[in-house]
Amino acid sequence: MLFFTKNLQFAYPGQTRYYFPDISLDSGDSLLVLGKSGSGKTTLLNLLSGLLVPDSGEVVLNGVIVNSLKGVNADRFRGENIGIVFQKPHLLAPLTVKENLQMARHFSKSEGLDLDNLLSELNLSHKSNSSIAKLSEGEAQRVSIARALVNKPRLILADEPTSSLDDENAHKVISLLQNQASKIEAALIIVTHDQRVKDQISNFIQVQAP
Amino acid sequence: MNLLKLSWKYLTFKPLSTGLNVLLLALGLAIITVLLLVQDQFEKKMTQDAAGIDLVVGAKGSPLQLILSSVYHIDFPTGNIPMNEAIRLSRNRLVKQTIPLALGDNYQGYRIVGTNHDYLKLYDAGFLAGNAWNEPFEVVLGATVAEKSGMKLGETFSGSHGISQGSHDHDEHAFKVVGILEPQGNVLDRLVLTSIESVWYTHDEKGEETEESEAQIEDHEEHFHHEVAKTGFPQTDEEREVTSLLIQYRSPMAAVQLPRMINSNTSMQAASPSFEISRLFELLGIGVTILEGLAYVLIVISGLGIFIALYNSLKERRYDLAVLRAIGASRIDLLLLILLEGISLTFLGSILGILLGHSFLSVLASQNETGVGAGLEAWIFLPAELWIVIYALCVGLLASLIPAWSAYRTSIADQLTRK
Repeated sequence: MLFFTKNLQFAYPGQTRYYFPDISLDSGDSLLVLGKSGSGKTTLLNLLSGLLVPDSGEVVLNGVIVNSLKGVNADRFRGENIGIVFQKPHLLAPLTVKENLQMARHFSKSEGLDLDNLLSELNLSHKSNSSIAKLSEGEAQRVSIARALVNKPRLILADEPTSSLDDENAHKVISLLQNQASKIEAALIIVTHDQRVKDQISNFIQVQAP
Repeated sequence: MNLLKLSWKYLTFKPLSTGLNVLLLALGLAIITVLLLVQDQFEKKMTQDAAGIDLVVGAKGSPLQLILSSVYHIDFPTGNIPMNEAIRLSRNRLVKQTIPLALGDNYQGYRIVGTNHDYLKLYDAGFLAGNAWNEPFEVVLGATVAEKSGMKLGETFSGSHGISQGSHDHDEHAFKVVGILEPQGNVLDRLVLTSIESVWYTHDEKGEETEESEAQIEDHEEHFHHEVAKTGFPQTDEEREVTSLLIQYRSPMAAVQLPRMINSNTSMQAASPSFEISRLFELLGIGVTILEGLAYVLIVISGLGIFIALYNSLKERRYDLAVLRAIGASRIDLLLLILLEGISLTFLGSILGILLGHSFLSVLASQNETGVGAGLEAWIFLPAELWIVIYALCVGLLASLIPAWSAYRTSIADQLTRK
């Protein structure tokens, strides 16, 4: 099993406890995490990426217990093994498109993907040296997807990637994520409240507010 | 892409704010650089020019003025003294050597100094070309004068009356260049040296030209071609005056007795260069302290500016920092990123400041060819300037410490969840 979680629990100080269903994924698998706003979807995403540490239970990726890693090790592991696509692109504005990807490469020691290849696959070659401010919304999102892929991670986490897109583009983005994930043999988890995505990915779990 | 490059990108992303902070810091540091350079060179020059001169005797007036005019050739002379009194003083047993000076004329702002060959020996001056004067109206040019005026051996010129440029010319008798001095790095560089007789005869002409008899012309002919005094005072039967005397003591006892004797028993005054110069530095010290204070205020303001700039940009960049953490940067990386920004900002400021300081000094030196600023070397670098850089880096480190710490503490999960 490439990735699995067991008995994850988490509570923000002074709030009721979240209990999350177990997840298990092999390389190339995709999973949707569905739920309404405030149901704890983003909390789960933070737990899976190691940005938050669960109160109990474990998150295991490629044999490593993610929630037991500390400090620099946790950060390095995240950089090398987990690619995150945020709801908004959150690119570093002072850098060009390519430099944004190079920055992600900088924090990882693993062998990554060829940047020029990746950019051309995502149809971004011509924007390689553009500044972030000159990108359209769709382009910026593709750059953020490229950034998540560049270190050849084993797990790709996407947070509401389709929320601001029309049907056609939402469809395109999900296919892109699926294709790229299976190409680098990574597991893909998409957190969303967007029911349209269910047409493309049938495997899902539902999280509910406690 | 590494952290240094990234921090540089963030700095250049906001050129105005970065530029303003760099400029503020550079101005403060430039003032300090100029003060350092001027203090260092000025004191050195002042001591060097006054070396070997224990006492200056001249007409009564301000002792500082006497020193400035007779040793450094920057102020107006206090007046003249009768030569017979000067000769009497030179025979005092406490006096080892006297060098008489006759001032009062200039050539293009460079002072013409009438003296004897002892004055050249005092500064151990060597010749680039020609030799010292032997007859009246023969002159020796200081290196700077020769270079700026472009005059060669054998050329002639007339001096102007007064010690600053633009007064009326003495065109009756032209001076002839017979020697050019090697660059000395001292006051001689910007002087035109000649015999005391030359200065006397130039001024004699004025009053007498209207009723010049043949006898007088003959008299002058005779005057102008006899040899001048190479040491001591010129031989003359007339009542003559000189401007001042540079005196070397025979024994340390002289320092106690001689000035008091001169000041109370004669119509002349005596002033000690070392005493007057330390008094001058004391007076200048207030100005230097004020400038230094201003420089430090500028540096503190720029430090605050850097702090505020970093702190504000941190607010805008919380997401960027969180994203960096998400793609694998550690807390330490973020701390370093912000520190690097502060430090590269101040490093830039300190380099610019030092360059600005030196350029300012070179402008100052080139604007002031005949005055004290003339010999200032603008492109000498002092070890103390390294301290300026270190000092600036400390300011940068201090200013970026709090923002860097706050970047270190940023919780990424919170940042990324807050949409």
